[in-house]
Amino acid sequence: MSEIVLDKVSKCFGAVQAVDAVSFRAEKGKFVVLLGPSGCGKSTLLRLIAGLEQVGEGKIFIEGRDVTALDPARRRISMVFQSYALFPHLTVAENIVFGLKVRRLPADQREKRLERVAELVGLTERLEHKPQQLSGGQRQRVALARAIVSQNPVCLMDEPLSNLDAQLRHDMRVEIRSLQQRLGMTVVYVTHDQVEAMSMADHVVLLRAGHIEQEGTPAELYSRPASTFAARFIGTPAMNLVALDDGRTGGASGAVIRGTAGPAVLPGRGAGLTLGIRPEHIRLVDQGGVPAAVISAEYHGADTVVTARVGGELVLVRAPGQVALATGAQVRLGWEPDAVHLFDALNGIRTGL
Amino acid sequence: MTTKTWSVPYGWLLLAPAAILLVGFTHYPAAATLVHSLFSTGTAVRPSRFVGLANYAALAHDPVFWQVLGNNFWFALGTIPASIALALLMAIWVNGKLPARALVRMSYFTPTVLPMIAVANLWLYFYTPQIGLLDKVTALFGAGSHNWLGDPHTVMGCLIAMTLWKEAGFFMIFYLAALQSLPPELEEAARVEGASRWYFFRRVSFPLLMPTTLFVLVNATINSFKLVDHLFILTKGGPDNASNLLLYYIYQVAFSFFDTAYASTLTMVLLLLLGAFAILQFQLIEKRVHYR
Repeated sequence: MSEIVLDKVSKCFGAVQAVDAVSFRAEKGKFVVLLGPSGCGKSTLLRLIAGLEQVGEGKIFIEGRDVTALDPARRRISMVFQSYALFPHLTVAENIVFGLKVRRLPADQREKRLERVAELVGLTERLEHKPQQLSGGQRQRVALARAIVSQNPVCLMDEPLSNLDAQLRHDMRVEIRSLQQRLGMTVVYVTHDQVEAMSMADHVVLLRAGHIEQEGTPAELYSRPASTFAARFIGTPAMNLVALDDGRTGGASGAVIRGTAGPAVLPGRGAGLTLGIRPEHIRLVDQGGVPAAVISAEYHGADTVVTARVGGELVLVRAPGQVALATGAQVRLGWEPDAVHLFDALNGIRTGL
Repeated sequence: MTTKTWSVPYGWLLLAPAAILLVGFTHYPAAATLVHSLFSTGTAVRPSRFVGLANYAALAHDPVFWQVLGNNFWFALGTIPASIALALLMAIWVNGKLPARALVRMSYFTPTVLPMIAVANLWLYFYTPQIGLLDKVTALFGAGSHNWLGDPHTVMGCLIAMTLWKEAGFFMIFYLAALQSLPPELEEAARVEGASRWYFFRRVSFPLLMPTTLFVLVNATINSFKLVDHLFILTKGGPDNASNLLLYYIYQVAFSFFDTAYASTLTMVLLLLLGAFAILQFQLIEKRVHYR
């Protein structure tokens, strides 16, 4: 059974359509990530699920109940805020059991749950501290603990890692994911960081301007982006998108990269199409391939990102190891036929080969 | 000359404007008052001489002083808690979503902007027997005329009501600013946890407003002892000292009875009282205040 179901949910702020007829399902015990650039409506969508905003049109179901008109407190959800929203005058322990006190849980049960949750998130030593005595990561843990302790089946998280530094963010990603799996929670997680989506999600919902651009597993989004938007959003560096043209001269019998005379990269016509290839799927080859001129080579340690010019287009290549290439050096780029994605140049939608 | 030797006079020069004003108008007068209070009031025939604590002994036996002190106590008790509660209530109300919010905020703040003399004149009209607003209204219900300011039993209540009207709007501004600095996520987090508005106010907003409450409390206390202008217009401390307050009594002693030494003694007592209050409030409440 689906834990959370959204049925054609819309929300306007004045003249701005923040969420436009969005429908999706989050299965029980799954980690669902709402991904998108800022202003795409992902946070609004989360707040609609939480009940902090009123739904304009459509319906929301949680655990099979229609919660569209229900108060946040009666939706059996917990929430982790971007700013953590800890109460600064209360100790860590008081912050964690705040909701349990509101719900008048007996003191002995409260203590038991607090003890267990504090151990889960590693805060046992800090229970008597005030939030401002804690580091960013520890505050994040308090917010998590407060969400977990209520034992609600659904947990909503609004960019919970965006205030942390890179190393801590990685650690917390791993930790949140393992907590979610151990406790079997259904999590809806909002982020603009595709790395978080790829590494944590069971199911990614990619949003753009208030509607769903594509949804699926991280692997599906990576291997079969439904549009140029999805292609550019997932993966670092982003997928190369180059315009194609009909091959006319030099005996090329197929589509060529715009601004080059050949060789043909695909059979058939090329005008009106966009070719997409991920940088990590392009190799520097000795023979064959497409000739290109190196603009820069950026060494990242495990690999080198080479920027090269092919005709009128820039192409990024992620080559393993250290590759020493001078600006202006001539290279040849090759790729496997199944690494190729094709999109309609006009509307950006994926088309068949 | 080196920079270092110059830095000392520079420092003093920079401090001088503030220091001169502070010493000239605060510290020296306070010290001079203390000295004055230890001398008798000089006249043309009997020059001022040192009398030690004789003025303080006279004060202890002055029935008017005790009456005035009692009046001031009731005045403080009547104005401080009520004005704080009212200010908080108004702040919470105008912080919410309501139509014409700016207009409501402004109208609450208007009494603060008005000069005390104007306010007193306004309220004098309310309290005037027979033709006053209050009497007109009570007459509708068949009550007879009442001299609100002339009756020792009602005069203090009248002063308290007017002071509340004047001060609550001023304190509201502080509470409003403090409320707006509270992050809205706190309320949302509490809503998700199922906290009622009252529970959230009691457990989160009010504790987080404690620094403001302390500030307002200290100000309200000081105000209740230094408010004097309205007495000039409304009652002149009468009838029979029933509405006389400490500062007005000091004024009377100094400038109506020309007993400057005794006025200095009273001033010292007022200073000590206010100092003691401030220390007490900070000590007591500091423990319960959460500064962010």
